[in-house]
Amino acid sequence: MSTQNLSNDQELFVSGHRACHGCGMSLAVRHILKATGKDVIVVTPTGCLETFTSPYGYSPWRVPWIHHLFENGPAIATGVVAALKAQKRESERVVAIGGDGSTFDIGFGSLSGMLERGDDVLYICVDNGAYMNTGGQRSSASPIYSSTTTDPAGKRSLGKLQKKKDLPTIIAAHGVPYVATASVAYLKDLQKKVKKAMGYHGARYIQIDSTCPSVWGFPSDQTLEVARRGVQSGMVPLFEMEDGEVTKVRKIKKKIPVEEYLKTQKRFKHIFSDADGREEIQTIQALADSNIERYGLLKKTAPQDAEVQD
Amino acid sequence: MEITIGAVVQGGTSLGYKTGTWRDERPILDMEQCKACGVCVSVCPDSAVHVKGETYIIDYDYCKGCGLCGYECPADAISMVKEEK
Ligand SMILES: Cc1ncc(C[n+]2csc(CCOP(=O)(O)OP(=O)(O)O)c2C)c(N)n1
Ligand code: SF4
Ligand code: SF4
Ligand code: SF4
Ligand SMILES: [Mg+2]
Repeated sequence: MSTQNLSNDQELFVSGHRACHGCGMSLAVRHILKATGKDVIVVTPTGCLETFTSPYGYSPWRVPWIHHLFENGPAIATGVVAALKAQKRESERVVAIGGDGSTFDIGFGSLSGMLERGDDVLYICVDNGAYMNTGGQRSSASPIYSSTTTDPAGKRSLGKLQKKKDLPTIIAAHGVPYVATASVAYLKDLQKKVKKAMGYHGARYIQIDSTCPSVWGFPSDQTLEVARRGVQSGMVPLFEMEDGEVTKVRKIKKKIPVEEYLKTQKRFKHIFSDADGREEIQTIQALADSNIERYGLLKKTAPQDAEVQD
Repeated sequence: MEITIGAVVQGGTSLGYKTGTWRDERPILDMEQCKACGVCVSVCPDSAVHVKGETYIIDYDYCKGCGLCGYECPADAISMVKEEK
């Protein structure tokens, strides 16, 4: 295919997809498939991932892939599991990969059912914190004070006024064996978590912070830099939960103030130009600090039994 | 394009779509400075950096010019230059 005869042989998610320049989500998916290997069937609800991988006749997926409605990803995944079981195809597993809009909001009822039944699905949310495929409307995953197209910042508006829904905790409360968060900033860690999740049976969940240059508003070469700052500020805590307990956390190497994260992105620009901005930044800093405290992200506050990971 | 029954599309067919035409900056990889760490291969969202023997090669058919490989390269071996069309 390529004029230089370079090979995409090693890839299960190949070149030629139509994600924006530097899209964190496409990078996450490439690494998810490296970790799962080829014996998976991928289920993807409507969103950026579906759109940039499905122009008719041009698929980057080298594994069987199905797209369906925005709201029914988990139910479709359950159906695929049932079909595989009926056909006695034991070596194939099901992975659902959905955006935060479908996962946190519109497909949440379907997801809760899948978790409660304990269906053998690894559900991965590629979280870019808003409904990007339709232009960046707010979701319950959007961070507080981010400007979105449904609550744009302006003279009388500070953007979204509610904080991000704590979905990993809600999911763990369903009694599932494995819940984890990951980030495109740490791709080996991401792969490790996907591999670990594949070692379990039943419903499992991974939430990946998927930085989005186009809508968050940062240059396309900063995709990993912004994601790293999210983690190093405490805004994006990385942890694993097994049977409802936090068992591992990724420590913050050098804590940075949340400003160092917020100022990289246009979606937070207004809190720096607004005279009252200090207060908003303090609110966000308090949220980051409470994550650090809760998960023991700094070495000195680590809970005794949580294993340290670098 | 002919539509098959069930609209089934073969995997990997996106290779028929050259996203390299989207590029307005071109990453140039200098093998003299390269430490062969593999970071650029790992971070490319478009799977456009390849290793051939000991050489790292950027596939300009698909590289969109996002600049991530250059930003992340620990040896500063990749520089971005304006694309000449
Ligand atoms: C029931 C329904 N409502 C609305 C839409 C329009 N729609 C398509 S994609 C999308 C946003 C998806 O957001 P998210 O799940 O976060 O994925 P992202 O595009 O951000 O990756 C919306 C609202 C739809 N397809 N179906
Ligand atoms: S809008 Fe964001 S998430 Fe969607 S394809 Fe573009 S960079 Fe990726
Ligand atoms: S990231 Fe830089 S040093 Fe590492 S392999 Fe690529 S070009 Fe070489
Ligand atoms: S500029 Fe972007 S698309 Fe091109 S090789 Fe580097 S990381 Fe890949
Ligand atoms: Mg989204």
